[in-house]
Amino acid sequence: MTTKIKITINEKQIEVAEGSSIVDAAVCAGVIIPTLCFHKDLCVAGNCRVCVVEIAGQKRLSAACATPCEEGMEILTNSLKVRNARKQIIELLLSEHNADCTLCYKNGNCELQKLASDYKIMTQDFIQLAPLRKYQIDHYSPSMIKDDSKCIRCQRCVRTCAEIQGVSALTAAYKGDRMKIATFFEKPMNDVVCTNCGQCINHCPTGALVERNYIEEVWDALANKDKFVIVQTAPAVRVGLGEELGFEPGTRVTGKMVAALKRLGFDAVMDTDFSADLTIMEEGSELLMRLKKVLVDHDPNVKLPLATSCSPAWIKYIEHMYPDYLDHLSTCKSPQQMFGALVKTYYAKHFNLNPENIVSVSIMPCTAKKFEANRPEMHDSGYRDVDYVLTTRELAIMIKQAGIDFLKLDDRSFDQIMGASTGAGVIFGATGGVMEAALRTAYELVTGREVPFENLNIMPVRGMEGVREASILIENPLPDWSFLEGIELKCAVAHGLVNVKSLMDSIVSGESQYHFIEIMACPGGCLGGGGQPIPTNPEIRRKRALAIYAEDQGMPLRKSHQNPEILKIYSEFLTEPLGEVSHHLLHTHYTPRERF
Amino acid sequence: MVAVLELIDNLAGQYGRDRSSLLPILQGVVKQENYLSEYAMIEIARALNLPAAEVYGTATFYSFLEYKKMGKYLIRICKTITCSMKGKNQVLMAIEDMLKIKVGETTPDGMFSLLQTNCLGFCHMAPAMLINFDVYTDLTPEKVREILSGYLNKKGGADDTRI
Repeated sequence: MTTKIKITINEKQIEVAEGSSIVDAAVCAGVIIPTLCFHKDLCVAGNCRVCVVEIAGQKRLSAACATPCEEGMEILTNSLKVRNARKQIIELLLSEHNADCTLCYKNGNCELQKLASDYKIMTQDFIQLAPLRKYQIDHYSPSMIKDDSKCIRCQRCVRTCAEIQGVSALTAAYKGDRMKIATFFEKPMNDVVCTNCGQCINHCPTGALVERNYIEEVWDALANKDKFVIVQTAPAVRVGLGEELGFEPGTRVTGKMVAALKRLGFDAVMDTDFSADLTIMEEGSELLMRLKKVLVDHDPNVKLPLATSCSPAWIKYIEHMYPDYLDHLSTCKSPQQMFGALVKTYYAKHFNLNPENIVSVSIMPCTAKKFEANRPEMHDSGYRDVDYVLTTRELAIMIKQAGIDFLKLDDRSFDQIMGASTGAGVIFGATGGVMEAALRTAYELVTGREVPFENLNIMPVRGMEGVREASILIENPLPDWSFLEGIELKCAVAHGLVNVKSLMDSIVSGESQYHFIEIMACPGGCLGGGGQPIPTNPEIRRKRALAIYAEDQGMPLRKSHQNPEILKIYSEFLTEPLGEVSHHLLHTHYTPRERF
Repeated sequence: MVAVLELIDNLAGQYGRDRSSLLPILQGVVKQENYLSEYAMIEIARALNLPAAEVYGTATFYSFLEYKKMGKYLIRICKTITCSMKGKNQVLMAIEDMLKIKVGETTPDGMFSLLQTNCLGFCHMAPAMLINFDVYTDLTPEKVREILSGYLNKKGGADDTRI
């Protein structure tokens, strides 16, 4: 048990755990101390000074986020001295910030703007520095935009990139008044090790880092009568979108989301969960094929563990950091890109549409998907497979722009022939979900029996631990798979690239040996993706995960190979997993990249 | 002179491959190369298993770690107040006039670069400047012309005054 200490906040005595910061303690006293550089996902920086408080007996004000409580401490969070200092600090921050709020993408969801509004900063007593500095906007990435004129140098992005992702594409460069957030040699974000995961965007308190949005492009496509606009929605969007539109975190809004997309004017609203199920068919088959080649044929060119390839930020990460291990990646495209390739081939053929007139849009919890859709490899349909990728946040903006009263929408269902899904497809949105879905199908394929877990819930791969392991013993397989008899299939799951790094290092060193690993770049998996509603924190991600698993539990079908539309596409179009058509449309290759 | 890659490897062998070895390695490379190239920083990052951006962040933080190509002789003239009061501007003008470069520039032959620096701690002998690691004090326009002539005369010679 932790020791309790007594402190006083604004003359109210409270008991708090020893070691808790003044910011946390204040919450217990019913006091909210404003913060800016502080974030629950990150280490304490204490550089913005917005959270200053007065401590009795101390001459100088202290940063509440960086000061631990001590026995008998008397803290004032709203004294005259604190109020004056806080207001000056906010004014100073604004003096080096391009505060053209009405022209800013983050207008309305900016923490600095909120502080300026809460504290009614209505004067500019300091020299405005932003116009004096020749800032350049980095908009070369298809995923994100970095605008230093809006940066307040709180370094949340630097800490995010280092602590959550272990990538450190961003750093604090130079010093003093010239200090800025920079990439290696201030190259564009698109030219460095940045994985486009968007976690920095999720954590940026201002508009310095935002996604590159394609809202107008999609409105234009919707307004064009000659275009047939198809939309797919990723599994994690349905458990995040509600947060932007008046629901509590963890609310499932699948039916309302479909209804809203139809109202926006999309000609067909379909589900990435369908192609998630398809991914399982392909990737599960690939796993079994690789196991056979390694265990039976002893083929030295076939690599294990097989690593999942759904997360485009993970793909870019391994291309930069472990280029020698690209052969471990599944050749399966991500569900988004499988869907894209099929929309302009299978779907177009089925409904007799000219693929030239199809605009394929995807709604993703992810900014890296924008980069992925832009990759030169992703044109296998003969066209660009996915034309525009919108984040959950961009969809929410479109719904608001269209004046749709989201709360009052009636539930609608996805369209055919790529709209049906199973619970296995839904859980792709949570860390461990792809693993669980793959095991549900692969185990059954090999043994003819369901996975030996209660209610199909493979609990060891669920949760928020950075790296999790599971193993399944294969007994009495069907005759075709007799070589797997007695094999203990070893799996690992990692999310957040900093955890991925430790898993990869243990594989590289030979310390760990797995057959199959699932990697998601973002904390919590896609549900904590860089395109999801802001704010994010461990509590919100936990609620979204619960919603994902509830969605799975509520589905009549929970194994990918039971999806009727999957059975249909194999019988009518693809013939078999890893077949020739699949190989052409659903599989891809990867490119080694530099490590800066 | 050894190739940069070999130099980095030697330095890493000497100082170790921990994060804390970054500064001495950066200094060691600057000592030979006069600046840190993009290539050198990438290789240092690889040798220490650090993110390249972090190496760049560290290099740009320190004034004496140059990250742009510099001339063989790097002149740093003190820009702080005592030197200014004792005639640093006249000295600077004399250098600019003689070498035909401005602060921040390098002569076309790659021999001299001119920079300003913060206090060198020679206020009592102001104005002061550094050429590579040699200090020159009590400067006047005449004196600085003489000093630079010395460097110009040995230009092309094998000898190197750097410590």
